[in-house]
Amino acid sequence: MSADPVADSVTGPAADSSVPDPAADSSAAGAGAPSSGLVLDIRDLSVVYRTSIGDVRAVDHVNLALEAGEVVGLAGESGSGKSTLAYGACRLLRAPALVTSGSVIYSGRRVTRPADILKMRPDELRRLRWREIAIVFQSAMNALNPVLNVRDQLLDVIHAHMKMPRDEAHSRTASLLDLVGIPRSRLRSYPHELSGGMRQRVMIAMALATEPEVIIMDEPTTALDVVVQRDILSQIVELKESLGFSVLFITHDLSLLLELADRIAVMYAGQFVEIASSDEIHREAAHPYTKGLLNSFPSLRGPRRELAGIPGSPPDLRNPPAGCPFVPRCGYARPECQDVDMQLLPVTMSRDPDHVTACPFVLPDTPAPSAAPDSQAGELGT
Amino acid sequence: MTVAPAMTTELTAVTQEPAQPGWWRRMPTNAKAGVALFGFFVLTAIIGPLVTPYDPGYQNPSPKASMNSPSAAHLLGTTQSGQDVLSQLLVGIRLTLELGILVGVVATALAVIVGVTAAFLGGFWDELLSLLTNVFLVIPALPLLIVVLGYFPNKGELPTILVLAGLGWPWGARVIRAQTLAIRNRDFVAASQETGERTWRIIFVEIVPNEVSLIAASFVNTVLYAIGASVALAFIGVADLNSWSLGTMLYWAQSQQALQLGAWWWFVPPGLAVALIGTALVLLNTGIDEIGNPRLRDATSASRIAGRWLKPADPTPVLSEIWQRRPGLAGFLHSFSRSSLLDTELNKELLDKPEAGERR
Amino acid sequence: MPFIVRRLIFYVVAAWVALTVNFFIPRLVPGNAVEAIMSKFPDLQPSAYRALEALLGVGKGGSIWHQYWAYLVDVSHLDLGTSVSEYPAQVSTLLGQTLPWTIILVGTATVIAFLIGTVLGIAAGWRYGGGLDRLLPGLMFLQAIPYFFFALILLEVFAETFHVFPIGQGYGQGLIPGWHWAFIGSAIDHSLLPALTIVLTSIAGWMLQMRNVMITTVGEDYVIAAQAKGLPNHRVVFTYAARNAILPQLQGFGLALGFVVSGALIMEYVFSYPGIGALLVSAVTSNDYPLAQGIFLVITFAVLLANLIVDLVIVFVDPRARARGATR
Repeated sequence: MSADPVADSVTGPAADSSVPDPAADSSAAGAGAPSSGLVLDIRDLSVVYRTSIGDVRAVDHVNLALEAGEVVGLAGESGSGKSTLAYGACRLLRAPALVTSGSVIYSGRRVTRPADILKMRPDELRRLRWREIAIVFQSAMNALNPVLNVRDQLLDVIHAHMKMPRDEAHSRTASLLDLVGIPRSRLRSYPHELSGGMRQRVMIAMALATEPEVIIMDEPTTALDVVVQRDILSQIVELKESLGFSVLFITHDLSLLLELADRIAVMYAGQFVEIASSDEIHREAAHPYTKGLLNSFPSLRGPRRELAGIPGSPPDLRNPPAGCPFVPRCGYARPECQDVDMQLLPVTMSRDPDHVTACPFVLPDTPAPSAAPDSQAGELGT
Repeated sequence: MTVAPAMTTELTAVTQEPAQPGWWRRMPTNAKAGVALFGFFVLTAIIGPLVTPYDPGYQNPSPKASMNSPSAAHLLGTTQSGQDVLSQLLVGIRLTLELGILVGVVATALAVIVGVTAAFLGGFWDELLSLLTNVFLVIPALPLLIVVLGYFPNKGELPTILVLAGLGWPWGARVIRAQTLAIRNRDFVAASQETGERTWRIIFVEIVPNEVSLIAASFVNTVLYAIGASVALAFIGVADLNSWSLGTMLYWAQSQQALQLGAWWWFVPPGLAVALIGTALVLLNTGIDEIGNPRLRDATSASRIAGRWLKPADPTPVLSEIWQRRPGLAGFLHSFSRSSLLDTELNKELLDKPEAGERR
Repeated sequence: MPFIVRRLIFYVVAAWVALTVNFFIPRLVPGNAVEAIMSKFPDLQPSAYRALEALLGVGKGGSIWHQYWAYLVDVSHLDLGTSVSEYPAQVSTLLGQTLPWTIILVGTATVIAFLIGTVLGIAAGWRYGGGLDRLLPGLMFLQAIPYFFFALILLEVFAETFHVFPIGQGYGQGLIPGWHWAFIGSAIDHSLLPALTIVLTSIAGWMLQMRNVMITTVGEDYVIAAQAKGLPNHRVVFTYAARNAILPQLQGFGLALGFVVSGALIMEYVFSYPGIGALLVSAVTSNDYPLAQGIFLVITFAVLLANLIVDLVIVFVDPRARARGATR
């Protein structure tokens, strides 16, 4: 597979007049970001679901920054709010969801100045979607229109965002399939005629069709078997290297992120509990929840150890408890945890300068609590 | 020194379930209207015939009493032969509802039996039963009903109920079979089969309770069909014309040219009653749908915030945006409604809530 | 096995069931039908009585299987017996005279109602929870009104009182049926009110059904994905949402057809429209069993045929149905 087939076959994105001209204004702080720098800046974002039995705070004042070209992993169990965070930032959530605070500033290469997605008008939003931020959904079978064939769905996306003569668009669909390793004959196939792996690749091809800056991947390989999973993930990495987009990778599988992501943000009960580089998380995780997650999957190499899950289940987000939400399941818990305000604090002893954790009491080298309930949680200076 | 278990119990005392309003308040409006309307008719059916001002069958031979418009003596006027329309209506409501509900019970029972059996037995029997169900679904019911009942010398209530039920079960059977198949494949059924629970126990204890709302919806649908069909049959004369159901009332009214002669009070009330009962049933059904599918309810009730309708396909609303814009006429009108209170509560809570500890 | 072939086999089986039921009903029902007829029509020819007995299986004439086979043979030759009330007219002749009227009126009106109702349903479903939903209780009420009741009221108001439409019948008095303008014009004029009634009474049903299907479809992942792709709104509504929602709607159309047709038949009776419905009602009231049963067969076959056409449309629209035998 050649390194850059897409760029070869298509005239550049400047042909699309619906997005503010990229090259024109590249000065000014924060405008037309250079190749490194913040692409997506999520600040103080909160999302609430107004259900008939109470308001569920699915995402609670979170901050996350995504830089150009990096892969950020968003890890957490089901119900932790990771999907809500990603979709809420793009305003794709349906009723009864409501964004109650925060801003989501997008500053990709093509926009003249950074814009807050939460303040955009519907037409601006429509232009931003997919062109700048694309999504690879979890279940490709459900995310593809059953009555249209692959080529028509790709063409839909292309025509929605790029002005291109017909035959050029058609050849682009072909080269997109080449990019993800699907035979061109499949252009005429319908979704139900493709295998699971192929469908997922089609989703990826579709995400790449408009050369976005950011691709959000929502558990893209969860429904696939391990071999196909491996294939697709390595393909994603390859494409990222050659095309240069950023990835927000959402999954409950922390082990995947250790290999794939540059940085990992661990989420629990709608809040971040730890953010660090993946190397650091692997080596020296700081938060009890992350430690628990790391302990719950075996490694192929290394010494055998006893696997431990995390007992209990996430809290009811209709009435979040005071202080740290992880307390009922945390082996290090102590009475002071109820007063914790969940601010992310830097972990000074970490090799990663941006390593932060929400637990003021536990450090990467804090010994695991022993089985006895009244174990000494230890004295820690913060 | 921390003692973890003690602290956990301390904490669980703090987090409580928020108080929920009672089950009546939580019912969607549609269902409430349906229950109220249907309840009204059921009440009428029970009490009505006991309080009829006149004997519905009593014919007043005097020509002056014929086809009288509503008056103090006869609240809904009189028929061609001087009978009191109101009395007939009250009896008619009871007879029609009785018939509908009986057919509903029999047909739904049949539907559950066929549907669950087909789903459980699988294989050849499932194919056969499904084929039978689909065949009777596609054959038009009313012409067949007309032909079959036409052969009965006396088209009394029992034959009518049996024939209507005999053709009314396929609809429910299909739906119930589909649902049973879905449930049957779920783990907890396999688990109970593993533990050797007997099949009939599995059916009644594990499966049927999970299908209650479906069975209820199917029942309501069948009653709707039964009432509609029986009224239509009676109207063309394929019924016991000596009974006082709503359909027979319409038959007699039509045969005496009531509408053409201007005696609307004879023709309109029974038809209106049928329409209203039907509406109540459809509303009930919508309500059952929403109760069984809370996502639907949440979506429809939450699509209005601060007096603005938000289309489901709109981008996720942002709170600050909504309050900054002037709500407009719709919002102004909405502020008079009780639900606007809820809006204010929500926003106060979300915007002003004191944070636990310090937060940016 | 391709979907269409399976459906064809299904319809053949259904038709056979209808025929068999038709055959056995008179033999299974209590009461002596022949005597009932004889008392109503005392001066029929003896051959008529014999034919009746053959139809109803009374008396001799071979074993039941023999009769059954003869019956099937007769039907295949379109010989549905002799009418009693219109003696000596053949049932098939009477059907031939009335069927076209019904097909044109009921067929056209039903299709129009379906199309309009579906389009309205798409709009109501896409914007559910909004303004259009306020109409819902009214629409439910409209749907719950018995067809014939509504028909009579419309007839009274618009025909008799305001003379906007003619008062029933298929065409003006004294006109001779034929392909000339006077007749056709009159026929159209007389079909307006019945058609209007069919449309008005059934449109609510289609709209409500489509709305419900749309609501479910709008919540599907591929519609949300389509919005995430920034596709223009009309594309999302029509090609992603509606085009998928139309499939269950079409299936529902096939199933509901039986009911719609039944309601329309009674309505024909109300308007004295010379169609098959009015014929059925008069047949039943005069105990003309051969005619009634013949009508039942024809109506059933027509509905089965219509269902087959719907299946063809579904195959045309849904690529999954083309692939293998999709279960309905």
